[in-house]
Amino acid sequence: MSDAFAFDETYRARAETIVARYPEGRQQSAVIPLLDLAQRQAGGWLPTEALEYVATYLDMPNIRVLEVASFYSMFNLEPVGKNFVQLCRTTPCWLRGSDDLRAVAKDVTGCGLGETSDDGTFTVVEVECLGACCNAPMVQINDEYYEDLTADSFKAVLEALKRGETPKPGSQAGRAGSEPTGERATLTGAGESA
Amino acid sequence: MPTVTIDGVEIEVPAGVTALQACEMAGVEIPRFCYHERLSVAGNCRMCLVEVSPGPPKPAASCALPVADGMEIKTDSEMVKKARNGVMEFLLINHPLDCPICDQGGECDLQDQAMAYGRDGSRFEEHKRAVKDKHMGPLVKTIMTRCIHCTRCVRFATEIAGVPELGLLGRGEHAEITTYLEKSLDSELSANVIDLCPVGALTSKPYAFVSRPWELSKTESIDVLDAVGASIRVDARQTEVLRILPRLHEDVNEEWLADKSRYACDALSRQRLDRPYVRKDGKLAEASWDEAFAAIADKMKGLDGSRIAAVAGDLCDAESMFALKSLMDSVGSPNMDCRQDGAKLPAGPRAAYLMNSSIAGLETADAVLLIGTNPRWEAPLVNTRLRKAWLQGGATIAAVGPQIDLTYPCENLGAGPDTLKAIADGTHPFAETLKNAERPVVIVGMGALARADGDAVLAAARALADNCNIVRDDWNGFNVLHTAAARVGGLDLGFVPGVDGRDVAGIIAGAGAGDIELVYLLGADEIDTAALGDAFVVYQGHHGDAGAHRADVILPGAAYTEKNGTYVNTEGRVQLARQAVQPPGEAREDWTIIRALSGVIGANLDYVTLGDVRAALAAANPVFEQVDQVAPASWDAFGTAGDMDAAAFESPIGNYYMTDAISRASETMAECTREFVSGNGERTGTDG
Repeated sequence: MSDAFAFDETYRARAETIVARYPEGRQQSAVIPLLDLAQRQAGGWLPTEALEYVATYLDMPNIRVLEVASFYSMFNLEPVGKNFVQLCRTTPCWLRGSDDLRAVAKDVTGCGLGETSDDGTFTVVEVECLGACCNAPMVQINDEYYEDLTADSFKAVLEALKRGETPKPGSQAGRAGSEPTGERATLTGAGESA
Repeated sequence: MPTVTIDGVEIEVPAGVTALQACEMAGVEIPRFCYHERLSVAGNCRMCLVEVSPGPPKPAASCALPVADGMEIKTDSEMVKKARNGVMEFLLINHPLDCPICDQGGECDLQDQAMAYGRDGSRFEEHKRAVKDKHMGPLVKTIMTRCIHCTRCVRFATEIAGVPELGLLGRGEHAEITTYLEKSLDSELSANVIDLCPVGALTSKPYAFVSRPWELSKTESIDVLDAVGASIRVDARQTEVLRILPRLHEDVNEEWLADKSRYACDALSRQRLDRPYVRKDGKLAEASWDEAFAAIADKMKGLDGSRIAAVAGDLCDAESMFALKSLMDSVGSPNMDCRQDGAKLPAGPRAAYLMNSSIAGLETADAVLLIGTNPRWEAPLVNTRLRKAWLQGGATIAAVGPQIDLTYPCENLGAGPDTLKAIADGTHPFAETLKNAERPVVIVGMGALARADGDAVLAAARALADNCNIVRDDWNGFNVLHTAAARVGGLDLGFVPGVDGRDVAGIIAGAGAGDIELVYLLGADEIDTAALGDAFVVYQGHHGDAGAHRADVILPGAAYTEKNGTYVNTEGRVQLARQAVQPPGEAREDWTIIRALSGVIGANLDYVTLGDVRAALAAANPVFEQVDQVAPASWDAFGTAGDMDAAAFESPIGNYYMTDAISRASETMAECTREFVSGNGERTGTDG
């Protein structure tokens, strides 16, 4: 457990902005964004002290805050590594090779699913669809999406992180967004009828 | 008022009711698990599905569906039957089939409804989930695999008990009910979640594996461990009371029961006085009734009435107090008192010692002033009414006295008489709040009255009531909150010092000084028995507590579950407790003991049956005839103004779980004391 938790100056200012969005007496509505702030400040997870701090901050019972934090999978109630790797394993990513990515993650970080590396650099977990199916397979690492991965490109990303570098997020196959990988196949001519 | 058709029958219902309530009004039963009429609507069990038209062609949850004019509700259609069957099948997917070893068996909503609405076999072949049991304290046993997530317990703790410590963590298949960090549920009402739980997930820890419901004889009675007089059902097997459950009484306890009243019952078979004792050569020795009576008669022979005194305890029924008063009158003694704690309450007018607003009336209060009382510990079910007044009516609540967490906001105005005087004089701003309120309430506790200056405090409270316009034509908000079940009955029948008689303090002082030679303690354990000097002490009661320890003669009496007795609760409601089991051993019903003693000492009381005593009681005070009624008391003069000591008011209850001879003998209450009061809430490895 960490020591007593309190928002630092930056987070406190952001918390005040968020709470001010809600009408007087409805401050508890800010519980989810405030938990997110607390999780960021506490290093990717919510220690009991942080939960209780948010509860006191919003004047609500501890158990109500814990209910919210335990309901949403994006809140971690256990410590996680510096790089929180979320492998998408839902059907599109799975068809496009997410099993290979899992093997690579194990190779590079030494972590099976749900495990944290001994040096605290990585935590690898499996998640349901993150909504980037056009660029499958993909993973989320902390706040960034890494898309169009292959075993090799994923390995490069993880090794860069291991060295302390910040690899470029987004498509690793050079796509700008979710446009077709080859030539356009539809809407190619002006005035074309459907 | 909207008109709806339920299963082809047209019925007019009040606007705003739900489809489920409308069905109930039409006499149609709707199965349910999560819905409970005293809790908020959750709508998560889906058992109450009905077919509604107009509306989407699918079943609707009736508990959360407001009725509309012209609505047609079907509860017997093929769609409803299929829906209930399907919901039941889903509920049973993860519910273990351990009914044969489940304490809920025989009184289980899930069991009953599975019989009525479920299918006959299971199609589920996958693994069932298992959930780790949670620690919720010494009263509530958990087997969380059985939980169906209706969240009744969570809503009860949050809404009624006011201790938001229970919650539903996780989601979907992984949802679990738990207390925060698995701490004990710190509420005096915690065990009500056991009654609310529709399955066997929350069961009674002290009653675990003790008995099956169909083995018990059930007696409807009245609780006496506080002055609320909650309606209870006493479940006994042969000679032993095994459990106590609440009974519905809308004006008193609704359907709740406080933990002490529910769980002190294990003491009814512990430390009992089951035969007479007489002190010989400094030691108590077993004796026969004749020997015990002879010892008393011997002592009384030639003794002037002024040298005899009697004190009645907190658990006494009106019949035995009346018999003892008659006995004292016939031996010419004016020295008697039923106010063990020395509360300066007059024996009249009645308005001076009643909760005049009635318990249910507290709900309508909009401004409340607590004076020297901790209702959370003195009367938990009065506290829930105050909480309701705050929660539903937005009442402003303030206190003069100790600063306590009452489960609702309560502004502490001051500690003692100075503040009380300021409000009474109108110099304190809260006086305005009370004056401007529509239903102002003042609650005076024993912490304010059981002191040397209690007379003056009562007078000041009366002045406050008059000056702040608390008593109006249609409303009397002057309330006295008692802590003893016997107190109002004792005052009603006049168990107070006669002309030139001594009160409790006078009796103790007199006994210590040798002026009183015989003290008759009728279940009185709360006085300083060590200060009785060389007086000859007769103790009549049911538990070996302080009084019996000091006694020279012990007459074994009956506890409240072993006799037919009349009790008057704090609002002046006369209620009858009924005998559930026989008193142990040689013990007898209390009024018959006094009747028998009167024969031995030659002061024959002229009643033979319980009916005779009750008739005499009613002749002495007609209120005893009006069973289960609350008559308004007239607002006559009372109280003697005087100087008040500046000392702060203290609540008389230091430990909710042990307040009388019964709860002090209870192992369960001892466990609760260790857990909640002594501050040893953290469990260690050795007792876990």
